[in-house]
Amino acid sequence: MKLSEIKEILKAEVIVGEHKLEMMIQAGAGSDLMSDLLRGPKDGVVVLSGLNTLQVIRTAVIAGVAAVVLVRGKRPEPDMIDLARFHDLPLLSTPFTMFTACGRLFRQGLRGVEQKPSK
Amino acid sequence: MRTRSLMPHLIKSFAIKARDYIRGGDVSIQIQGLLKTIGFDADLIRRTSVCAYEAEMNVVMHGGDATLTLTVDTDRIVMDVKDEGPGIENIELALQEGYSTASEEQREMGFGAGMGLPNIQKNADRLEIESERGKGTHVKISFGVKSDGG
Repeated sequence: MKLSEIKEILKAEVIVGEHKLEMMIQAGAGSDLMSDLLRGPKDGVVVLSGLNTLQVIRTAVIAGVAAVVLVRGKRPEPDMIDLARFHDLPLLSTPFTMFTACGRLFRQGLRGVEQKPSK
Repeated sequence: MRTRSLMPHLIKSFAIKARDYIRGGDVSIQIQGLLKTIGFDADLIRRTSVCAYEAEMNVVMHGGDATLTLTVDTDRIVMDVKDEGPGIENIELALQEGYSTASEEQREMGFGAGMGLPNIQKNADRLEIESERGKGTHVKISFGVKSDGG
Protein backbone atom coordinates (compact mmCIF):
# COMPACT_ATOMS: atom_id res chain seq x y z
CA MET A 1 0.00 0.00 0.00
CA LYS A 2 1.30 3.47 -0.84
CA LEU A 3 1.75 6.11 1.86
CA SER A 4 -0.69 8.28 -0.11
CA GLU A 5 -3.38 5.59 0.41
CA ILE A 6 -2.64 5.55 4.13
CA LYS A 7 -3.05 9.30 4.15
CA GLU A 8 -6.50 8.95 2.53
CA ILE A 9 -7.67 6.02 4.69
CA LEU A 10 -6.68 7.87 7.87
CA LYS A 11 -7.84 11.29 6.61
CA ALA A 12 -4.39 12.36 7.72
CA GLU A 13 -2.56 15.60 7.37
CA VAL A 14 0.99 15.31 6.03
CA ILE A 15 3.27 17.39 8.23
CA VAL A 16 6.58 16.19 6.78
CA GLY A 17 7.27 14.13 3.66
CA GLU A 18 4.79 15.29 1.02
CA HIS A 19 7.42 14.20 -1.55
CA LYS A 20 7.43 10.64 -0.23
CA LEU A 21 3.74 9.80 -0.60
CA GLU A 22 4.43 7.37 -3.45
CA MET A 23 6.54 5.24 -1.11
CA MET A 24 5.33 1.64 -0.66
CA ILE A 25 4.48 0.62 2.90
CA GLN A 26 4.84 -3.09 3.64
CA ALA A 27 3.24 -3.33 7.09
CA GLY A 28 1.98 -1.38 10.07
CA ALA A 29 2.71 -1.20 13.79
CA GLY A 30 1.00 0.70 16.58
CA SER A 31 2.77 1.38 19.85
CA ASP A 32 3.49 3.95 22.51
CA LEU A 33 6.38 1.89 23.83
CA MET A 34 9.71 2.78 22.30
CA SER A 35 11.27 -0.61 23.04
CA ASP A 36 8.46 -2.31 21.12
CA LEU A 37 9.44 -0.35 18.05
CA LEU A 38 13.05 -1.47 18.46
CA ARG A 39 12.18 -5.16 18.29
CA GLY A 40 12.89 -6.61 14.86
CA PRO A 41 13.40 -4.91 11.49
CA LYS A 42 11.01 -2.05 10.71
CA ASP A 43 11.99 -1.15 7.16
CA GLY A 44 8.93 -0.38 5.05
CA VAL A 45 6.78 -0.14 8.19
CA VAL A 46 4.43 2.70 9.12
CA VAL A 47 4.24 3.29 12.86
CA LEU A 48 1.14 4.70 14.53
CA SER A 49 1.78 6.30 17.91
CA GLY A 50 -0.04 8.35 20.47
CA LEU A 51 3.23 9.72 21.78
CA ASN A 52 4.11 13.18 20.64
CA THR A 53 7.78 13.48 21.60
CA LEU A 54 11.20 13.86 20.00
CA GLN A 55 11.96 10.31 21.07
CA VAL A 56 9.32 8.92 18.72
CA ILE A 57 11.26 10.42 15.81
CA ARG A 58 14.65 9.25 17.11
CA THR A 59 13.33 5.76 17.84
CA ALA A 60 11.80 5.62 14.35
CA VAL A 61 15.13 6.61 12.77
CA ILE A 62 17.05 4.01 14.80
CA ALA A 63 14.49 1.31 13.97
CA GLY A 64 14.47 2.22 10.26
CA VAL A 65 10.74 2.99 10.25
CA ALA A 66 9.37 4.28 6.92
CA ALA A 67 6.80 6.77 8.27
CA VAL A 68 5.17 7.89 11.54
CA VAL A 69 1.49 8.70 12.04
CA LEU A 70 0.40 10.50 15.20
CA VAL A 71 -3.08 9.45 16.32
CA ARG A 72 -5.90 11.39 18.03
CA GLY A 73 -5.09 14.52 16.02
CA LYS A 74 -1.89 15.21 17.90
CA ARG A 75 0.11 18.15 16.65
CA PRO A 76 3.90 17.85 16.85
CA GLU A 77 5.99 20.64 18.33
CA PRO A 78 8.24 22.58 15.90
CA ASP A 79 11.42 20.83 17.13
CA MET A 80 9.82 17.45 16.39
CA ILE A 81 8.90 18.60 12.89
CA ASP A 82 12.46 19.89 12.36
CA LEU A 83 13.93 16.56 13.46
CA ALA A 84 11.61 14.56 11.18
CA ARG A 85 12.49 16.88 8.30
CA PHE A 86 16.22 16.55 9.06
CA HIS A 87 15.93 12.76 8.83
CA ASP A 88 13.56 12.92 5.85
CA LEU A 89 11.04 10.88 7.85
CA PRO A 90 7.40 11.32 6.78
CA LEU A 91 5.27 12.50 9.70
CA LEU A 92 1.46 12.51 9.50
CA SER A 93 -1.35 13.25 11.91
CA THR A 94 -4.74 11.49 11.89
CA PRO A 95 -7.84 12.50 13.84
CA PHE A 96 -8.65 8.83 14.56
CA THR A 97 -7.77 6.99 17.76
CA MET A 98 -5.10 4.30 17.70
CA PHE A 99 -7.71 1.50 17.65
CA THR A 100 -9.75 3.03 14.84
CA ALA A 101 -6.72 4.03 12.78
CA CYS A 102 -5.22 0.51 12.97
CA GLY A 103 -8.64 -1.01 12.14
CA ARG A 104 -9.14 1.20 9.10
CA LEU A 105 -5.71 0.28 7.71
CA PHE A 106 -6.20 -3.43 8.42
CA ARG A 107 -9.60 -3.42 6.72
CA GLN A 108 -7.96 -2.00 3.60
CA GLY A 109 -5.34 -4.76 3.54
CA LEU A 110 -2.38 -3.45 5.52
CA ARG A 111 -1.07 -6.12 7.88
CA GLY A 112 1.05 -6.13 11.03
CA VAL A 113 4.81 -6.64 11.06
CA GLU A 114 4.34 -10.34 11.85
CA GLN A 115 2.61 -10.76 8.49
CA LYS A 116 4.92 -8.47 6.56
CA PRO A 117 5.49 -9.87 3.06
CA SER A 118 9.01 -11.25 2.55
CA LYS A 119 11.17 -9.52 -0.01
CA MET B 1 53.67 -7.90 14.80
CA ARG B 2 50.06 -6.78 14.65
CA THR B 3 47.91 -8.43 12.07
CA ARG B 4 45.63 -6.42 9.87
CA SER B 5 42.54 -7.80 11.60
CA LEU B 6 43.64 -6.20 14.88
CA MET B 7 44.22 -2.76 13.42
CA PRO B 8 41.45 -0.43 14.53
CA HIS B 9 39.67 1.40 11.74
CA LEU B 10 37.98 3.84 14.01
CA ILE B 11 37.83 4.82 17.67
CA LYS B 12 35.47 7.61 18.59
CA SER B 13 34.10 8.83 21.91
CA PHE B 14 30.76 10.48 22.55
CA ALA B 15 29.50 12.23 25.68
CA ILE B 16 26.03 11.31 26.96
CA LYS B 17 24.35 13.62 29.43
CA ALA B 18 22.11 12.12 32.11
CA ARG B 19 18.49 13.35 32.15
CA ASP B 20 18.92 15.16 28.81
CA TYR B 21 15.65 14.05 27.23
CA ILE B 22 15.90 16.67 24.49
CA ARG B 23 19.10 15.28 23.00
CA GLY B 24 18.82 11.71 24.27
CA GLY B 25 19.28 9.33 21.34
CA ASP B 26 21.34 11.73 19.27
CA VAL B 27 24.62 9.85 19.87
CA SER B 28 23.06 6.61 18.61
CA ILE B 29 21.88 8.31 15.43
CA GLN B 30 25.42 9.61 14.87
CA ILE B 31 26.75 6.06 15.33
CA GLN B 32 24.13 4.71 12.93
CA GLY B 33 25.27 7.30 10.37
CA LEU B 34 28.94 6.37 10.83
CA LEU B 35 28.24 2.67 10.35
CA LYS B 36 26.21 3.40 7.21
CA THR B 37 29.08 5.51 5.85
CA ILE B 38 31.55 2.67 6.50
CA GLY B 39 29.16 0.37 4.64
CA PHE B 40 28.26 -2.47 7.00
CA ASP B 41 25.25 -4.59 6.11
CA ALA B 42 21.79 -3.37 7.10
CA ASP B 43 21.12 -6.01 9.76
CA LEU B 44 24.40 -5.35 11.60
CA ILE B 45 23.75 -1.59 11.47
CA ARG B 46 20.23 -2.11 12.82
CA ARG B 47 21.36 -4.35 15.68
CA THR B 48 24.23 -2.02 16.61
CA SER B 49 22.03 1.09 16.43
CA VAL B 50 19.30 -0.49 18.57
CA CYS B 51 21.87 -1.47 21.22
CA ALA B 52 23.46 1.99 21.14
CA TYR B 53 20.06 3.62 21.56
CA GLU B 54 18.92 1.37 24.39
CA ALA B 55 22.26 1.88 26.18
CA GLU B 56 22.15 5.62 25.61
CA MET B 57 18.60 5.95 26.91
CA ASN B 58 19.51 3.80 29.93
CA VAL B 59 22.18 6.38 30.75
CA VAL B 60 19.80 9.29 30.11
CA MET B 61 17.11 7.77 32.34
CA HIS B 62 19.00 5.96 35.08
CA GLY B 63 22.72 6.69 34.91
CA GLY B 64 25.12 9.54 35.45
CA ASP B 65 26.95 11.46 32.74
CA ALA B 66 28.65 8.90 30.54
CA THR B 67 31.13 8.33 27.74
CA LEU B 68 30.37 5.95 24.90
CA THR B 69 33.45 4.78 23.04
CA LEU B 70 32.88 3.18 19.67
CA THR B 71 35.64 0.95 18.30
CA VAL B 72 35.33 -0.40 14.79
CA ASP B 73 37.81 -3.04 13.67
CA THR B 74 37.80 -5.20 10.59
CA ASP B 75 36.34 -8.08 12.57
CA ARG B 76 34.29 -6.46 15.34
CA ILE B 77 32.37 -3.46 16.56
CA VAL B 78 32.54 -2.63 20.27
CA MET B 79 30.68 0.01 22.24
CA ASP B 80 31.94 0.77 25.76
CA VAL B 81 29.52 2.81 27.82
CA LYS B 82 30.92 4.04 31.15
CA ASP B 83 28.98 6.22 33.53
CA GLU B 84 29.43 7.57 37.02
CA GLY B 85 25.84 7.02 38.02
CA PRO B 86 24.26 5.21 40.93
CA GLY B 87 25.05 1.75 39.53
CA ILE B 88 22.70 -1.20 38.97
CA GLU B 89 21.54 -2.80 42.19
CA ASN B 90 20.73 -6.20 40.74
CA ILE B 91 22.08 -6.91 37.24
CA GLU B 92 20.29 -10.27 36.96
CA LEU B 93 16.96 -8.57 37.65
CA ALA B 94 17.74 -5.70 35.27
CA LEU B 95 18.27 -8.24 32.47
CA GLN B 96 14.78 -9.67 32.93
CA GLU B 97 12.17 -8.57 30.39
CA GLY B 98 9.61 -6.30 32.00
CA TYR B 99 11.67 -5.32 35.05
CA SER B 100 11.89 -1.56 35.25
CA THR B 101 12.76 1.16 37.73
CA ALA B 102 11.57 3.95 35.42
CA SER B 103 9.67 6.92 36.82
CA GLU B 104 6.16 7.88 35.79
CA GLU B 105 7.61 10.76 33.76
CA GLN B 106 9.90 8.37 31.86
CA ARG B 107 7.02 5.98 31.20
CA GLU B 108 4.96 8.82 29.77
CA MET B 109 7.75 9.35 27.25
CA GLY B 110 7.38 5.76 26.05
CA PHE B 111 10.24 4.27 28.06
CA GLY B 112 10.33 2.05 31.11
CA ALA B 113 8.91 -1.12 29.55
CA GLY B 114 11.78 -3.05 31.08
CA MET B 115 13.18 -3.94 27.66
CA GLY B 116 16.39 -1.88 27.58
CA LEU B 117 19.02 -4.39 28.65
CA PRO B 118 17.02 -7.40 27.32
CA ASN B 119 16.88 -5.73 23.88
CA ILE B 120 20.66 -5.20 24.00
CA GLN B 121 21.19 -8.81 25.00
CA LYS B 122 18.97 -9.95 22.13
CA ASN B 123 20.72 -7.88 19.46
CA ALA B 124 24.37 -7.96 20.54
CA ASP B 125 26.76 -10.86 20.04
CA ARG B 126 28.16 -10.24 23.52
CA LEU B 127 27.06 -8.11 26.46
CA GLU B 128 29.19 -7.54 29.56
CA ILE B 129 28.03 -5.45 32.53
CA GLU B 130 30.08 -4.32 35.51
CA SER B 131 28.38 -2.15 38.08
CA GLU B 132 29.05 -0.98 41.58
CA ARG B 133 26.50 0.79 43.75
CA GLY B 134 27.36 4.45 44.09
CA LYS B 135 30.28 4.28 41.66
CA GLY B 136 28.85 3.63 38.22
CA THR B 137 28.32 1.14 35.45
CA HIS B 138 30.39 -0.15 32.54
CA VAL B 139 28.46 -1.80 29.74
CA LYS B 140 30.45 -3.40 26.93
CA ILE B 141 28.50 -4.40 23.82
CA SER B 142 30.26 -6.34 21.06
CA PHE B 143 29.40 -7.52 17.57
CA GLY B 144 31.33 -9.77 15.24
CA VAL B 145 31.82 -8.53 11.69
CA LYS B 146 31.84 -11.06 8.86
CA SER B 147 34.24 -10.52 5.99
CA ASP B 148 31.33 -9.41 3.77
CA GLY B 149 30.49 -6.57 6.20
CA GLY B 150 27.61 -8.33 7.92
